[in-house]
Amino acid sequence: MSDAAAAHDHGHDDHHGAPAGWRRWVYSTNHKDIGTLYLVAAMVAVLIGGVFSFMIRLELQSPGLQYIEDLQFYNVLVTAHGFVMVFFFVMPALIGGFGNWFIPLMIGAPDMAFPRMNNISFWLLVVGLLLLLTSALVAGGAGTGWTVYPPLSNATFHSGAAVDFAILSLHVAGASSILGAINFITTIMNMRAPGMTYHRMPLFIWAMLVTAFLLLLALPVLAGALTMLLTDRNFGTTFFEASGGGDPIFWQHLFWFFGHPEVYIMIVPAFGVISHVVSTFSKKPVFGYLGMAYAMAAIGFIGFIVWAHHMFTVGFNVETRAYFVLATMVIAVPTGVKIFSWLATMWGGSIEFRTPMLYAMGFIFLFVVGGVTGITLANAGVDIAFHDTYFVIAHFHYVLSIAAAFGILSGFFYWFPKMCGKMYNESLGKIQFWLMFIGVNILFFPQHFSGMAGMPRRIPDYPEAYAGWNFVSSIGAYISFAASLLFFYIVIQTLRSGEKAPANPWGEGATTLEWQVPSPAPFHTHDQTPDMRPQPAE
Amino acid sequence: MASDATSKPHHWHVADPSPWPIVGSVSALVMAVGGIIYMHTGFIWGFLLGVVLVMYTMVVWFKDVILEAETPGLHTPPVQVGLRISFLLFIVSEVMFFFAFFWAFFHSSLPILNLVAGAWPPEGIEVLHTWDIPFLNTLILLSSGATLTIAHHALIENNRDRFLNYTLITVILGFIFLGFQIFEYSVAAFSLQDGIYPSTFFLATGFHGFHVLIGAVFLTVCYFRGRNGHFKPDHHVGFEAAAWYWHFVDVVWLFLFINVYWWGSSPLGHLQP
Repeated sequence: MSDAAAAHDHGHDDHHGAPAGWRRWVYSTNHKDIGTLYLVAAMVAVLIGGVFSFMIRLELQSPGLQYIEDLQFYNVLVTAHGFVMVFFFVMPALIGGFGNWFIPLMIGAPDMAFPRMNNISFWLLVVGLLLLLTSALVAGGAGTGWTVYPPLSNATFHSGAAVDFAILSLHVAGASSILGAINFITTIMNMRAPGMTYHRMPLFIWAMLVTAFLLLLALPVLAGALTMLLTDRNFGTTFFEASGGGDPIFWQHLFWFFGHPEVYIMIVPAFGVISHVVSTFSKKPVFGYLGMAYAMAAIGFIGFIVWAHHMFTVGFNVETRAYFVLATMVIAVPTGVKIFSWLATMWGGSIEFRTPMLYAMGFIFLFVVGGVTGITLANAGVDIAFHDTYFVIAHFHYVLSIAAAFGILSGFFYWFPKMCGKMYNESLGKIQFWLMFIGVNILFFPQHFSGMAGMPRRIPDYPEAYAGWNFVSSIGAYISFAASLLFFYIVIQTLRSGEKAPANPWGEGATTLEWQVPSPAPFHTHDQTPDMRPQPAE
Repeated sequence: MASDATSKPHHWHVADPSPWPIVGSVSALVMAVGGIIYMHTGFIWGFLLGVVLVMYTMVVWFKDVILEAETPGLHTPPVQVGLRISFLLFIVSEVMFFFAFFWAFFHSSLPILNLVAGAWPPEGIEVLHTWDIPFLNTLILLSSGATLTIAHHALIENNRDRFLNYTLITVILGFIFLGFQIFEYSVAAFSLQDGIYPSTFFLATGFHGFHVLIGAVFLTVCYFRGRNGHFKPDHHVGFEAAAWYWHFVDVVWLFLFINVYWWGSSPLGHLQP
């Protein structure tokens, strides 16, 4: 749309620019500012969670206890690492950050449906992070793992306030996510530009819609579970206490009924990002658009009926296990649709290997590796042997830690010019990619071998037999850490001295609406609702 | 693609910057930390301060929303559609919250779900009489759903007196329900610490009762808004949301009555392994 058209017709209350000073950020009702706040929070959280994981890797570099005398402290590290990365890095970056920035831009809306509610979603997230970090620091910390299984998490084994802080942290972060999900779904359902039907909206929007529904349906169940744990710990109920007629296994059901959709909450937004990046840099529309959209919806739906594959060792009868094996395997079908559609998008395309594209291809590779080990673990019989070993650690770090992180990095390099108006240094970006790709693979691939050899997770010490691959793994951690530092250097360097980015730095392949507004995107966009109805034939 | 000729100024309501989100978040922090201090030391004032702060945030925030609703041109028909969608989604999330507590009930009472389950009701638990207060409360809550629907129709027909009277009757029925619920708790032969039956019973019915209170307060606000001339036959999203919420609470009660009070308090000998 032309600037003149945007300038002369302002009947609304949004004709002012950005408010000045700290109020702009603290009181913000602007989706771009709130998106930026989310991205900054995610970067702070990834540093905190990264330091935790680095300490874990240092301790595991060789057998015996090197640095950590207090074994509960190791448990606290593992727990805090998981919580911070899941709830305060991946989710805020992909959903809060990219979702806030690009849902309104891509659907032609001026902002989110509920800008004030958007703001409390962010600040509740900060409160959640504060409570979580407090939980690691008081009363010996919460050493329960991110799964918070009773009886370990009950008042007998964690009598201090640490687990209560963790519970309330998740309550608050959950409220933040539920409000965010309501906001996202309402925005997507109600505020699309005329002509942008569900079957014509960008795949990132589809991804965010599916993710928001998963959040909306899964998080309240976690809230219920956490409430029961809280009352078990403090008010004498016995939901998870066998002595009072309760059942600790029931916690696992509730937790994984939330927890399995949660892992899709972390990866489905990345699916959306990858579809855009692959299409842009192959200079082709996405292959099988509708299949891609409904594959995400199918993955989201099936995600709710497979939870007990996390619990194959609790003693289910064989019919129950057979069902959960089968249902889990079925997920491979829509996932395969996505993988092959990305490959088919690249096929015959004029591929440009810019940094976002390298990260997208890295994502596809990592996700396939993690997906294949996922199918391995889906077999109840095999899982009896692999349960709680480093094979599981390797599997889920491939899919939801490094694949999700590659989705974030792909999206970040793709949209950074739009968000800050400056181009990053392409050579540095590519070096950063290769360093990161090599680092994470050296870090996590050997953990498959440690796991197959039987090395248990969440234990700071191990026999000599596992020393070799653990040493290799730690080398990978150093390389990944260096790559992370290089990433932050690129961000700072781009912000300080990057070249000015054009509205669309990627050329003909980038067709979605966000590339039609200037870079950086102005404070208010789409003051005029774009018309996306198909143009009559010439 | 976007074409200049046909693009129009948007009709959405983009709220002005507001201090309430951060005030509300800090209040939540005070409430959470205060709650933990209470649970570990018995010192309750920090928690109560948090509750007061959260309630203050709600009052000032919702006041802003109500003022916007009464300002012509802000809550346009498409914005009202968005408000309705969002409230339905909120109710969906509430349904999933109750889903967890119903799951707790069925996990404990159905041996097929739980390998260690004993008899249900567990031995030594003297259950409440289904057809006494629980059934009376069912009638009260169902009646309140009917009176609320009358109020809604009256509003649509622009009969303000009838709308106000029936809204008030609904609120009163809600509080009578709560009074009976509190009485029932006080005469129950079991307490919260008596094992899995009271755990599921008190948390499921307790959270329901809390939602009745929220719904009743919501309707009370609607009553006073109606007295101040708010709501039009074709523009009353606030009342509509309150009505939906009330019906949701009603349905949850029906599930509680049928499963927890009726089915769950009869001896289930035939289901034992």
